[in-house]
Amino acid sequence: MSLNKTLVDMNYLLKEAPREQHFITGAQAMAEAVKRASCDMAIAYPITPQSEVMHLVGDIYAQGHIKEYYRAEEELGTMSAIAGAARGGVRMFTATSGPGLLRGLEAIVSWPGHRIPCVLGVLTRVVNAPLSIQPDNIEMAYLMHSGIVMLHAENQQDTFDMTLAAFAITEKVDVYIPVSVSTEGFFVTHAKGYVDMMSDELAFTECDPYKAPVPAMDNEVPPARIQRDAPVQKSNFMSYLIHSVWQQEIWDCNKRAMKYIYEYLDGPIEVTNPNAKVMLVASGCAAAQAREANRYAEEEGLDVGFVKVRAIRPFPTDELNAALAGAECVIVPEHNIIGWLSKEVKAAIPNGGIVVEGPRVYGGMTLPVELIMTEIYDALGMDSLVLQA
Amino acid sequence: MSLNYMIPASKFKRYLPKDYVELVDYGPFGKEYSEVGTKNMGKYKELVEEHPMCSGCWMAYYIKIIFAALPNPEDTVTIGTAGCGRLAISQAAVPFIYGNYGDQNAMASGITRAFRLRFPDKQKDVITIAGDGGMMDIGFSMTMHAWFRGEKFTTIMLDNEVYGNTGGQESGMSVRGAVLKMSPKGKNFGKMPAMQLAITAGCVYVVKMSPTNINKAAKAIRRAIFAARELGPTFIHAYTSCNIEYSIPTPDVFRDAKEKEKGRFAFEEFMTDEAKELFTVVEAKKKKKVS
Repeated sequence: MSLNKTLVDMNYLLKEAPREQHFITGAQAMAEAVKRASCDMAIAYPITPQSEVMHLVGDIYAQGHIKEYYRAEEELGTMSAIAGAARGGVRMFTATSGPGLLRGLEAIVSWPGHRIPCVLGVLTRVVNAPLSIQPDNIEMAYLMHSGIVMLHAENQQDTFDMTLAAFAITEKVDVYIPVSVSTEGFFVTHAKGYVDMMSDELAFTECDPYKAPVPAMDNEVPPARIQRDAPVQKSNFMSYLIHSVWQQEIWDCNKRAMKYIYEYLDGPIEVTNPNAKVMLVASGCAAAQAREANRYAEEEGLDVGFVKVRAIRPFPTDELNAALAGAECVIVPEHNIIGWLSKEVKAAIPNGGIVVEGPRVYGGMTLPVELIMTEIYDALGMDSLVLQA
Repeated sequence: MSLNYMIPASKFKRYLPKDYVELVDYGPFGKEYSEVGTKNMGKYKELVEEHPMCSGCWMAYYIKIIFAALPNPEDTVTIGTAGCGRLAISQAAVPFIYGNYGDQNAMASGITRAFRLRFPDKQKDVITIAGDGGMMDIGFSMTMHAWFRGEKFTTIMLDNEVYGNTGGQESGMSVRGAVLKMSPKGKNFGKMPAMQLAITAGCVYVVKMSPTNINKAAKAIRRAIFAARELGPTFIHAYTSCNIEYSIPTPDVFRDAKEKEKGRFAFEEFMTDEAKELFTVVEAKKKKKVS
């Protein structure tokens, strides 16, 4: 680190270091986290308008918080260069959005298999067509089967804390796969919120590329990789076997990330009123709206509870089962047309039939609390029009 | 540590594979180029021995030259992509990264910068080796932009003028009129001007050749690596025929390479003034050492 920072471990940084309140955008919150992460290198590619994050990361590079930064040719070039640099033993960050994520996806989905530790910001945006540049988190569905660890931030504070935690989680020896932090474009990235941050004179302990299940490919650490054979590339039984056990390990790594999600982020879910008859389950911005709907319901004396899902991968199956055990109806509001979260929740619980797949908005629409309230009233067999009046 | 990291503890040595031990004892690691290199091929344990390439494959022959020419094999990383070449490159006793389709120069940009951050006083050579499809078609943008950015590593294109590994489809480097898969009526545009593109994009040393002369080929490879260390991107465009897809009988592979040398793969070498100056210094040192 070129600036004189005090290096501390992630537990101190997240839980003990004194914090001050700032009023900043989600994009600023993500960049502020990168500033405190002892990140060695960041590679950027523009995607307007969501990716202000990488402009801000460029600024903190210019200020000396990051050692290396450049604008790549496009997202596949960005994500491939990340894979190269991480193999060279440095701590990496990039951020992208919707179509950019999909353009880089070939490289991104190979990161876990290549054992690339890095942090990926996903500032969600519609995937065309027809053209829209608005927030919609459908692109997260494409990441869900890649092996990558996925966190979903509700607001600016989450964005800051999750991004910092992601740098620690990705380099854990028993994880060592990438971690993505998603949050909704515009709603969080461009809107200001209160974020409690520690001093930027503190930073996370620097990357140790030898504390790794697959050490950096720098010709420095034994055993030497002077192999004669790359069996994975051969069309024989060994290649099937190697691919299969390797991928099993990737998904086990993904599961093992859960204990660090507990350690740094207080677990993969947050539950309010767990024994309610009607439960709301949501992630990201939809969680903010569901939280508000839950507050309305509480004011109206309705038997409603709320689960915010922080971790999409590993998916908190056990935790959700415990939180939803007494529910007779589960409402899953989302910011995408396909309802990836509701499908996950349905598959996770034994009585998936109680899941209401919606309400959903997409293409950039906001998610009015009233839409969620209507589902609550329906679930409780109430006449929503009368009650709303 | 780069040399020491591969030398096993004496007590452990007998448990290691014979091939590994022989590479450490009789391979080129840490040795003067005059002791090993292309001139002594056959007299030391080479970095590429067995490989699964087709009989008579000119590409496999050139890959053996690449590895024999390395100035610093114990501190070299190679990066490749899908294609015939990686089948032999992955058999070399040098760390190899098999990336995604055509992304070798993007990946090399990342790892080269990482090495320079972590080892500012140490030379680690990064070389991308890929075919004409990987370099000039699917990887075109990443190849060109790495050059425009001035990334300091060496790019070697194994040009067999066809997608050999996927069964003989037209590539951007196939000649006009070539009847191949996906160009059933003959290719309707000519070879992409790879050498000119490299020069325009800022490569400081560029060679086009049909590597019929082993020492000449090795000299170009070494020059490309030396210039990349100090000055900027370098590029070698080598003809490495596909005797299968172009139906060249095995005994005629060398004759074909010689013919191409008289035609579109006539030796051309471009270097900037700085590169020329560098080679004068590097090669003078070498001569002094020999004398």
